[in-house]
Amino acid sequence: MIDVLVIGGGNAALCAALMAREAGASVMLLEGAPKIWRGGNSQHTRNLRCMHDAPQDVLVDAYPEEEYWQDLLKVTGGITNEKLARIVIRASSNCRDWMRCHGVHFQPSLSGALHVARTNAFFMGGGKALVNAYFRSAERLGIKIRYNAQVTDIELKGAEFVAAYIGEREVDGQRLPAERIQAKACVLAAGGFESNRAWLREAWGQNERGEWPSDNFLIRGTRFNTGVLLRRMQNLGADFIGDPTQAHMVAIDARAPLYDGGICTRIDCVSLGVVVNRDGERFYDEGEDFWPKRYAIWGRLVAGQPGQQAYSIIDQQALGRFMPPVFPGTKANSLEDLARQLKLPVTQFVKTIEQYNAACRVGTFDHTALDNCHTEGLTPAKTHWARPLVKPPFCAYPLKPGVTFTYLGLATDDTAAVHFNGEASPNLFVAGEMMAGNVLGKGYTAGIGMAIGTAFGRIAGVQAAAAAGFLTPSSTEPQHAAV
Amino acid sequence: MQLFDPKAPGNLIPVLNLDESEVQRQMSVCNACRYCEGFCAVFPAMTRRLEFSQADIHYLANLCHNCGACLHACQYAAPHEFGINVPKAMAKVRLDTYAEYAWPQVMGKLYRRNGLALALASGAGLALFLCLTLMVMGNLFTAMPGGNFYGIFPHNTLALMFGAVFGFSVLALTIGVRRFWRNVSPADAPRQEKTAAALEAAANVARLKYLDGGHGEGCNNADDQFTLWRRRLHHFTFYGFMLCFAATGVATLYHFLLDWSAPYPVLSLPVMLGIAGGVGLLIGPAGLLWLNLRRNPEHGDENQKPMDRGFIALLFLVSASGLALLAFRESAALGLMLAIHLGLVMAFFLTMPYSKFAHGIFRSAALLKHSIEKRQPSPINGGSD
Repeated sequence: MIDVLVIGGGNAALCAALMAREAGASVMLLEGAPKIWRGGNSQHTRNLRCMHDAPQDVLVDAYPEEEYWQDLLKVTGGITNEKLARIVIRASSNCRDWMRCHGVHFQPSLSGALHVARTNAFFMGGGKALVNAYFRSAERLGIKIRYNAQVTDIELKGAEFVAAYIGEREVDGQRLPAERIQAKACVLAAGGFESNRAWLREAWGQNERGEWPSDNFLIRGTRFNTGVLLRRMQNLGADFIGDPTQAHMVAIDARAPLYDGGICTRIDCVSLGVVVNRDGERFYDEGEDFWPKRYAIWGRLVAGQPGQQAYSIIDQQALGRFMPPVFPGTKANSLEDLARQLKLPVTQFVKTIEQYNAACRVGTFDHTALDNCHTEGLTPAKTHWARPLVKPPFCAYPLKPGVTFTYLGLATDDTAAVHFNGEASPNLFVAGEMMAGNVLGKGYTAGIGMAIGTAFGRIAGVQAAAAAGFLTPSSTEPQHAAV
Repeated sequence: MQLFDPKAPGNLIPVLNLDESEVQRQMSVCNACRYCEGFCAVFPAMTRRLEFSQADIHYLANLCHNCGACLHACQYAAPHEFGINVPKAMAKVRLDTYAEYAWPQVMGKLYRRNGLALALASGAGLALFLCLTLMVMGNLFTAMPGGNFYGIFPHNTLALMFGAVFGFSVLALTIGVRRFWRNVSPADAPRQEKTAAALEAAANVARLKYLDGGHGEGCNNADDQFTLWRRRLHHFTFYGFMLCFAATGVATLYHFLLDWSAPYPVLSLPVMLGIAGGVGLLIGPAGLLWLNLRRNPEHGDENQKPMDRGFIALLFLVSASGLALLAFRESAALGLMLAIHLGLVMAFFLTMPYSKFAHGIFRSAALLKHSIEKRQPSPINGGSD
């Protein structure tokens, strides 16, 4: 019998598998996706939010535990578990050498992302390079890896894991039978449910306009996170945490692909101009705070607008001040023409922009600071970087909500154990998006997903190995000191 | 597929061909992602631009070393609908640029069927020297005392023949790369910066910096695994070639300055350099061919394999025939060995401006441009706010 079965093929799953193998356990990893799409959402990630008390290789200055914790507290509005959050934060300070041992390389912050040079360590080549490195290391260490192996059911004896079932499936035109795979311990790390349209619909429901908002969501993440295992665990009575509508959700280009749009579909010029909805009206303060601190709220903001649509409007003054978008903007020399091209109500759109322009109190524009360019007597106000849109050609980018991953997950503790009615399973553990909601009740801050996945992936791997009889010093010590 | 003529009046907006448009499309995706910035010079150069003109595309294509790192790391590679494959898109344009900037331009057509071109050149070179040997000696199997091949072809005849062909090839390459350089050349930089840039670029060429993967573990070949062997085998080839070149140079100095004519003893400097270089030129090309055969089919442009392998084979044969000549110079095989070696060397020299040889020249120029450019303030501050 296999000692440790890891279900999933992203960062958390790989961290769990590698740690369990290092502890001496025999490990099998089941990736639901075919090899070419392996890695879940990790293939779209780019960095790890790292605590550090002094400059470290690619990280400048310091990012102490307390500041990290305060940042997390702020973005989650307090919907977090301090004990687990601090485990993640501390683990982020010392996991990178282990990551390097498994072939992950770090690079200085990317151009256009210098604002996170202090807090985030970037993976050279991004998350797919990291995933490739972990898979190579896993193969070298003798971890058995199976692709196209989506687990559809878990067999339990009370709270104890017995076996996992892979459903009957077709791979490359070949019909493969259902399988039952037994193991002494198991780690669940198979992602959220963001690519399950029916579940999103169920979670988001119908709004006051009679729309089903989630039908207009694009998924920035992997098309394989359909939440099959998550739903199964719900039905098996596992303890859950989180709100099913909470997710990493940003405003992305409406022309992005339905799945796997990843980083490049982001529109980063919101704070440099204004954003209007389908009715040609503004609906939120575009200059509330630095864009890196605000991008994660705009997905939900757009989701609340009619038709779940919005348009980011800029003029020539903004050019070159933001990451170039992947799709070209709609350009026009007059506001009227722009509105016509965007099929927005012309009169209302022009009125909105003119009112905004008239309300702008331009001081000294400085996009690197919370400057004094703001509006007066305008609702909603634009509190920083408010400059009248007067330099044609005007440019517009259509926006839609883009979901990266959902936060609804399994409730857990510092051992990463799955719980049933408050009782910890002796041999079933959880990591990654399936439990990120414990730490991240809402909101997002760059690189925290990978920090959670790495910390709890490694804890789950150690604990699963221990449950299978492979004790290591770190499986018995308290987690905050060990990992 | 009308290519932009760099000599045409500058007020025309150049039209991109299909290969160039594909690079433009891919760069607009990459520029919105930038995950690959740490791998090589292409991506930092890309982030200095918001739009990609033909000159930019030619420059980036030649800056790309086809290391494959960005393909294996790409979240947008096929089967993703964006279908990003930067090494392949760049390779296609690169070939276009070799043909486009070739001088005389009509000779650029040789890049269309480059494997055939090299084979024909080799055949012609061999035929020429076999016939010449027969004409001069009456047979191919005359032994010469001490292996004195100048007894078959006098020194000055060879110096004139090869000097003229080599000179032409150097001229053609120089004109070609100048045209490339003028087209893509950045705004003028202070001399001090240019010197620093030239030193950096020279080091990047000499060390083949951008086959190290950005992390020192090397580039990709068959799969997402890194290997330093492509870099090492390029070094064997390049330095082997340079040693052979040095051997010829030293021999020429001996001949004219010291009045000491070939053949030189095995332990003399020219022969030692030649042996070392020749061995490098056997190991390098043989290894590169082995890697080429195992190369991931998604790397680069499959249609260029005949060009790559033809060039590798010719280098290998030049070296092997040179070493064979040395080994058998005191036997009756001298005439035949000499004819074969000279024929192959002639083919190599003749095709230098119209073969894969050009990649080293154009890439060095692109690296120099990059080293100059990166010392200038970025024309955009894209997102660095």
